[in-house]
Amino acid sequence: MKQPFENVVAQHGATVLRVCRVVLGPHDADDAWSETFLSAMRAYPDLPETANVEAWLVTIAHRKAIDVLRVAKRSPLPVDEVSEAPTGRGVPDPGDSDLWAAVKGLPRKQRQAVAYRYVAGLAYAEIAEILGGTVEAARRAAADGLKNLRKRYPGAIAKGASS
Amino acid sequence: MNGIRHDDIRHDDDMTALLSTPVDAGTLSRLHRRLEQAAERANLVDVAYTTIDSPVGTLLLAATPEGLVRVAYANEDHDRVLEALGRQLSPRILRAPKRLDEVAREIDEYFAKHRQVFDLTLDLSLSRGFRRLVQTHLPEIGYGQTRSYRDIAELVGNPKAVRAVGTACATNPLPIVVPCHRVLRTDGTLGGYIGGLEAKTTLLNLEAAA
Repeated sequence: MKQPFENVVAQHGATVLRVCRVVLGPHDADDAWSETFLSAMRAYPDLPETANVEAWLVTIAHRKAIDVLRVAKRSPLPVDEVSEAPTGRGVPDPGDSDLWAAVKGLPRKQRQAVAYRYVAGLAYAEIAEILGGTVEAARRAAADGLKNLRKRYPGAIAKGASS
Repeated sequence: MNGIRHDDIRHDDDMTALLSTPVDAGTLSRLHRRLEQAAERANLVDVAYTTIDSPVGTLLLAATPEGLVRVAYANEDHDRVLEALGRQLSPRILRAPKRLDEVAREIDEYFAKHRQVFDLTLDLSLSRGFRRLVQTHLPEIGYGQTRSYRDIAELVGNPKAVRAVGTACATNPLPIVVPCHRVLRTDGTLGGYIGGLEAKTTLLNLEAAA
């Protein structure tokens, strides 16, 4: 049975925001989140009852993030150039800026694959469908992304080694 | 539900933990309010709802763009009521209290004894046929008055339909606002009530003391 849309927001809102943060950085994540759930609410009545709701939401978030990136590219303002600058939007920076700088340094496809795999927990087949390549390519993008991220963000290695 | 599906991910738990940045409740409620506003502007909220505290417990209030469509007592289980609204009306249901501001205000006034008649637009689409006919006539019973199930059957022009009137009252989707609590058995005993007999007594005492 299809749940009231409010339950979808309650169950998946936090995960979708985390995914948006990894794909876009914390500053633009809120906009992408809002666009994602608005668009999802519009399409919700047509979603098959058997669908994986989280994979569906991440697919929408993926498209909305691309829109946000496109707008940012056209915008004359430099985006996120200086990490010590305040966000100016009243949004507290979740996590440390070194991490976001490292994530931002990844090639886009790796960043997306890492987000959908390690934050949303999607299967590689689902990720391949979102990214539009083979399952193997999705697996490779996630693995490469992770490897690069460990290289760029030594804090992760320390945390990993201590456990 | 969104569990991790492969063993190979286990070695990367540290990165998963690192990237799953904390999302505090304040951030989510700010985003939710923003969604409420945007969805209302885009006419996407088929059912808006909120909950309010009252002397008869927490009440769920739900409205379509047409008007107030459902008032539900806690004993009806609000989650189940919302699921039912999803089936009967639309799954585009959002907690969006703004649409219910006027309803909440009038119900507060009613319990504060500052209001005897509700001035609200109602959406009766959850009821059909005879039940709807009965529910349409219930507001004719004035504040502080009571009628018997038989009286109502006569009022709607079907004096033999006493049991059907009872069913119509028991399935009233808008209790309190549509005053089914003012309908009693012919012998003056309470009869049933969707919110439980204690709630029915509370409402009748409130109105009698006015």
